[in-house]
Formats: sequence, structure tokens, C-alpha cells
Amino acid sequence: MASSDDLSGRLLAGERAALARLISWAENSDRRFPAALSSVYGRVGRAWRTGITGPPGAGKSTLVNELASTLRERDRTVGILAVDPSSPFTGGALLGDRIRMEDRTLDPGVFIRSMASRGSHGGIARATVDACDVMDAFGFDEILVETVGVGQAEYDVISAADHVVVVVCPGAGDGIQAMKAGLLEVADIIVVNKSDVPGAERLAMDLEEAVHLRTAGPRHVAAWVPPVVQCSAAKAEGMEALLDAVARHREYLQGGELEATRARKRAEQVQRVVSERLSEALWGELGYGALVKSFLDAGSTPYDVASDVLSRVLAGVPVAASGDRAGETGASAS
Amino acid sequence: MGERRIRVLVGKPGLDGHDRGAKTVASVLRDHGMEIVYTGLHKTPEAIAEIAVQEDVDVVGLSILSGAHMELFPRVREALGARGMEHVLLVGGGIIPKDDIAALEAAGFSKLFGPGTNTDDIANYIKAEMQKRWTKEGADA
Ligand SMILES: Nc1nc2c(ncn2[C@@H]2O[C@H](COP(=O)(O)OP(=O)(O)OP(=O)(O)O)[C@@H](O)[C@H]2O)c(=O)[nH]1
Ligand SMILES: [Mg+2]
Repeated sequence: MASSDDLSGRLLAGERAALARLISWAENSDRRFPAALSSVYGRVGRAWRTGITGPPGAGKSTLVNELASTLRERDRTVGILAVDPSSPFTGGALLGDRIRMEDRTLDPGVFIRSMASRGSHGGIARATVDACDVMDAFGFDEILVETVGVGQAEYDVISAADHVVVVVCPGAGDGIQAMKAGLLEVADIIVVNKSDVPGAERLAMDLEEAVHLRTAGPRHVAAWVPPVVQCSAAKAEGMEALLDAVARHREYLQGGELEATRARKRAEQVQRVVSERLSEALWGELGYGALVKSFLDAGSTPYDVASDVLSRVLAGVPVAASGDRAGETGASAS
Repeated sequence: MGERRIRVLVGKPGLDGHDRGAKTVASVLRDHGMEIVYTGLHKTPEAIAEIAVQEDVDVVGLSILSGAHMELFPRVREALGARGMEHVLLVGGGIIPKDDIAALEAAGFSKLFGPGTNTDDIANYIKAEMQKRWTKEGADA
């Protein structure tokens, strides 16, 4: 069985299978992953990460494919992560994004990985940031992350990307929908895709208007105003304009916020990992589940039980000791 | 938390343009809780093997209806081997005569599913094989 040292060595030597396996380790919470990541961590931070999000069918995958082609013409290497939803019932997933990216399969400067969301609800998977980190360490110049098709409230992609590109297309709601959606607020760049179909021009105008209304207001402090770019991914049109917009955002970040923003996202990643492990410790096999049940059975409200559990956790009372006193406290709480 | 899932590549090598069967199998496997990467039509053996590498799949399932399986299936197997992917569980299906099934199973395919196979049987076969492998891996660790 591969050790974490073997695998990270092979990753640094440029072996694609090692990159693929490390991503699997991240997805599966393999206990060897943290050590493997730490031995390649010195190489993380050189890639630019671009998130591509937007409603189902807006053309994200087609756009990623064209973006990758254009980046390759510029001699940039590209790692792609494409997230699709897992079934909440069976946990299975049909990972269909890559079908639109097949032009690039045998290009040694491109690596495409499909990822199922596995119970995460923010548009990316729990392991997406980890996967970006290992792709970064592998040495790709550019990392493109395609989210699942999102609605109005899934924007975890911010935590994985330097630039967030929101892709919309005509026929999927008007400008009001766009203003309502928090999606617009997370956009660094807005793409109106399918500019070859009627309504694209109008949608672009509505969105520019919406952006203007938002950024002209007194509460808008950042100096960046998201540009609206029209593209037709299907016809490979507009890619230069989009990459120009990305380049401008890149300069903007480099002029100030880049390091601070990346540092803040790292800190958020730590919070997520702590929360996950805490949750596992609290509610896993050796956790407080049985205690909670006994309190509830004794008639306590969910809030009382929660306070009780929390005070035990914060006081560092081991679950086993709590279990001994479950009957007693459960009675007093009721 | 991260629970391990069976990852399957469903591939269509060669020129035949019929993928209803492959898509049906893909969705049945999905309903059995697996993660499926479907390659689309007309893939070369090299492309299928490269996708298997990038996706780090546990299983490669090939479907051919054109009759070219005796030529293409072994080529996919070679391409997988050339990329260090000989460990995957390799299965195939389509309109494959009995003799060919025996020949391919002797040549490194774990199992071939002929016409009329119940798709749930395919899913159950894959689950049972992966269970065995993972149990063994756990014991080796
Ligand atoms: N007319 C037109 N169709 C497009 C364009 N871009 C993509 N499409 C089509 O839109 C459909 C969806 O494209 P995808 O790239 O799969 O969209 P997506 O946003 O990745 O979809 P999900 O990942 O399922 O959310 C496909 O049929 C594409 O061919 C475009 O610029 N113009
Ligand atoms: Mg897509």
C-alpha cells in the first residue's frame, strides 16, 4: 500500500497517476492525505485559481473547455476540477461535465478531474480546495473549478478561487432574478454565455445595470466593478475578452488584496476542517448521540439538551463520564 | 465525512454510435451509489486509459455493439497497462458471443456481460468485487 511519502514524491516528479490518487485520498478523507499535503505544501500557491459557477446548463463546461484551449494556445498548463451533484438518496453521481471537455483528454498540459459533491451543498465538494492544492503543487499554471449548476444561494466556490466567474445565459430568468440572486454579488466577472441566441444582448444590459446599481451605492467599498462579458462558448467566441477581464482582475488583486485574501481563505479552510473533525467527534460512534437521545426521551427541549451538551464539551467532560450521569442530569433538565 | 465510493468509467471505444446501453448501465450503477464518469462516444483506447488515470477509477466498463470487441477490448487493456492502470476491475458488455466472452475473460477481463444481462447483476457483481478488494487492502495496510 502506498505511503504518503511515496505518493507525494511521485506527484513532485510529475506523475499524473499520483496526482489523481492524491485527489482520491482527499475525497475519501484518507488518513494519509494530511501528511502527503504537508510534504508538497511548499509548492502550493503558484497557480491561479478561477471558479466557474452559474445555473444548470448555462454552458459552464463548454466554456471551461474553450478557456482551456485558449490558455493552451498561450502555453499555460491547465488543471480542471469539475464538480457534479451526488444523489442525496443513493450517494451515486453521474459525472457528466468532462464529456464537453474531451478535446483536451490527451493533451499532456491539461488534467481533468470530475468530482461528486458528496453531501456538500455549497456548489463544490468538501475536498475541492484540497484537490486545488495538489493540482497547484503538481505545477499547473491555471486551475479552473467548475461548480455544480447552482441556484441562488450556493457560493462556496469563493473559498476555492482567486476569481469567481458567474456564467448565465438568456432564457433562464431576467435581470431581476439576477439581482435577487446573491450569485451576482459573488461575481468578479459576469459572463453572458450563448451570445449566439436571442436575448443575450438584453440580458447583458440588464446585468450591467444591476452591477451599476449595486456598485454605485454608498455601501460598496471595493474598487473592483465586475465587468459583463458576452461569450459564445459553443462557437468559441469571446474567450479573449474573458481572459482579458480575468487578467485585469488579477492585476487588481496583485495591487493589494491577493495575499490577505488567500490568507483569509486558508484560515476558513482550517475552520472547516476543525468543524468537520469536531462534528465527527461529537456525533460519531463515540459521540454524544446516545446522551442526547436519553435527555430528549426524558422530555427536555432540544435547546436545553443542546446547552447541556455544549457545556459538557466546553468543560472537556468525556462522553463516557457524561454517559454515567445521563439519567441524573436528564432528569434535572426536564 | 469522506466515505469511499466506487468510481466507474463507462467507456465506448470505437466507431459504433449506439450508447443507449452504456447510458442505461451508467444510470443503474449511479442508482447503486457509484460515481460514474461516462466518456461519450468514439473514444480511442488511449483516451479511455488516460481518462481512467485522471479520474482514478476503480472500475472500467466498456460497451461495444459494433462487433469490434475482439479487436478493441484488448487494446484498451493494453493502453491501461501502459499507463500503470492494470489494477482496475475491467469489465465489458455488448453483443458478444460466448466464445469471445471466454477468450476475453482468459485475456485479463474480469467479466463480460452478454446480451440480455440484467443491469442490477452488473452492479451487484461490481460491488461484490470491490468489497473483496477493499477488504484485502484493509488487511494489507
Ligand atoms: N447556443 C449555445 N449553446 C451553448 C453554448 N454553450 C453551451 N451551450 C449548450 O448548452 C448546453 C449545456 O452546456 P454545458 O456546458 O453542459 O452547461 P453547464 O453549465 O456545464 O451545465 P451543468 O454542468 O449541467 O450545470 C449544451 O447543450 C451546450 O451545447 C453557447 O454558447 N451557445
Ligand atoms: Mg457542466
